[in-house]
Amino acid sequence: MKIKKVLAMATSMLLCGAVFAGCGSEGGSSSSKETKKGDKLISVGIINNDPNESGYRTANVNDLKATFTKENGYDAKFAYSLKNEEQINYAQKFIQDEVDYLLLSAADTAGWDSVLKDAKDAGVRVILFDRTIDADESLYEASVVSDMDKEGEQAVEWLKNQKLTSYDIVHLQGVMGSAAQEGRSGALTKTADELKWNIVAEQTAEWSSEKAQQIVQSVIDADKKFNVIYAENDDMAKGAVAALDKANISHGVGKDVVVIGFDCNKWALEELKAGNWNYDGQCNPFQSSYIVDIIEKLENGETLSQKTIIMDEKGFDATTITDADVEQYGI
Amino acid sequence: MNSASKSNTSSSIISAMFRNQIFIPLAALLILAVFNLIMDPSFFKVTLGHNSNGDPILSGNIISIIDCGSELAILAIGMTLVTAASRGQDISVGAAIAIGGSVVLRVLCGTNSRPDEIQAPIIVAFLVCCLVTMACGAFNGILVSIFKIQPMVATLILFTAGRSIAAWINNNELPEVRDATFSYFGGLIPGIPIPTPFFIAIACFILIFLVLKFTTLGLYVQSVGINEQTSRLNGLNPAFIKFITYVILGLCVAVASLIKVSRLGSINYSVIAKDIEMDAILAVALGGNALGGGKFNISASILGAYVIQFLTTTLYKFQVQSDALPAYKAVVVIALVVLSAPIVREKIASLFKKFRPQGAELKS
Repeated sequence: MKIKKVLAMATSMLLCGAVFAGCGSEGGSSSSKETKKGDKLISVGIINNDPNESGYRTANVNDLKATFTKENGYDAKFAYSLKNEEQINYAQKFIQDEVDYLLLSAADTAGWDSVLKDAKDAGVRVILFDRTIDADESLYEASVVSDMDKEGEQAVEWLKNQKLTSYDIVHLQGVMGSAAQEGRSGALTKTADELKWNIVAEQTAEWSSEKAQQIVQSVIDADKKFNVIYAENDDMAKGAVAALDKANISHGVGKDVVVIGFDCNKWALEELKAGNWNYDGQCNPFQSSYIVDIIEKLENGETLSQKTIIMDEKGFDATTITDADVEQYGI
Repeated sequence: MNSASKSNTSSSIISAMFRNQIFIPLAALLILAVFNLIMDPSFFKVTLGHNSNGDPILSGNIISIIDCGSELAILAIGMTLVTAASRGQDISVGAAIAIGGSVVLRVLCGTNSRPDEIQAPIIVAFLVCCLVTMACGAFNGILVSIFKIQPMVATLILFTAGRSIAAWINNNELPEVRDATFSYFGGLIPGIPIPTPFFIAIACFILIFLVLKFTTLGLYVQSVGINEQTSRLNGLNPAFIKFITYVILGLCVAVASLIKVSRLGSINYSVIAKDIEMDAILAVALGGNALGGGKFNISASILGAYVIQFLTTTLYKFQVQSDALPAYKAVVVIALVVLSAPIVREKIASLFKKFRPQGAELKS
């Protein structure tokens, strides 16, 4: 027993010592870093969600990795987690490492206040991308985000301009309560109310192609007539199209059913190009160019004209999409 | 006297019925069917049409149920055995399906994620997939049987890591197989209007029934589940039997993942077979199997799986509001699980026993 106690004491002493030593040495080096920033790499700590979360995230991570390289003058460290607490831990680690910029795509909106205050005190500048958080605006320099409402509005505007003789819509929703679902559903619901469009079915398929297929199948089995599929992501549009194929209902450009998807996966844009779908709305994962812009401005001592930067997002029409678009915007 | 004994036997039949495991899923199926019949008889309409390739196809809600419920029913087989032997559940089957599906696509696609034709025979892809998912099962099995970790904790490892592994197998790309033969497994074989997954499921049922009938697997699994010590004293090897049930579940996962990826010819690592482990466990519970292991009835679990799909299709059919969907499902599920609990079944059965003979005596 005694030996154990002594051992525990010894190890904890060692740990404490290591921590203090770490603090000391880092504190010393940071001052020299400050003085000659001009020719040094800009160090950035990037905290993101797990790259395997979705195709969108994979594209997002690859984009950031391709931009923040040594050649471009950045010393980038990456950390991935889907859990907020782990992300906060990473943030604290990056702050201790005295990175110049902390780029953050938060898993959850809450719980970031204290760590961002630490960052501010340590002189680390925070830029949010992809997702916003519930924290005071003074705690971060800028946020680069998608406007999901605008994505939905663009798609609905496009649908309106198709001037179909009637609008009978099957609406496949994403996971209820997610930002993408609320934005994309909101626009459709509003316009459908105003223009008296008929929503034949409105169900959540939880981003899943299989569930979308089952839902559309059940609408077909019930002999309900529809001429528009409004799916809030590409996977669900794909599932819906599989159900249409099974029932021999034609879809795409100039056919019986108009198919709308979101996210601009590469395979989805290929479907558009082939005329099997009609419209695909982009959710832009390429935030790095915007972030680089912000960092350059801040490095030059300029002030940013606005805190929240909303990215340009496109919507592709099957009749006008080109091979170059598929290559450039497909994720 | 005569009538009394008659009613006695009839009441004992009723109580036997209530005691029989298969009664609850059957009753649930009947209730759902009757409900649909009353609300809208067209629910049961099945029509013969053609798909966009010109092949004949039957369509209707019933066809959807036997089609989409197949993977779950196949998983329910393995999950029942695992539950019975190891007194716990495998919560990694959804992640294992992602891994299996990813392997199938990887073998079929080779290095190019979107090949014009498949790079390996489908049977090879399936066999490799079987090996990998059985290895996953074996991994879980070893943790449970040798290291004596609780099943739910042991399988938590793959549950957490599985989908990332699946993405890693394909370098995080989204492979797509456009081969017509590959789509047969999750779709239709030209000329046969009934979806193939149903036939695959039937084949699995027949196989497992033959195995249970002609081998001692069922008996051994039960005895290990009921009392591990006693079965060891009787010369069984409990660790091996637990292990083998996890490997069998791995095989079920392989079949399910082939069907899943064949449906659309591609995969989405984070969404494929999401939450299917919970549905599989639910199917076992609906089948009246004790989740604490021991005696089991596979046909009841299979029926339970189709009950879940029946419920899902019914909810889609009636256009339940999206936000309220999980709540509706939960209410029905709670009712079914409570009814299928052994205690409740005993109570109902004894109620019938108490009242019927007295009533008969009063009459005579």
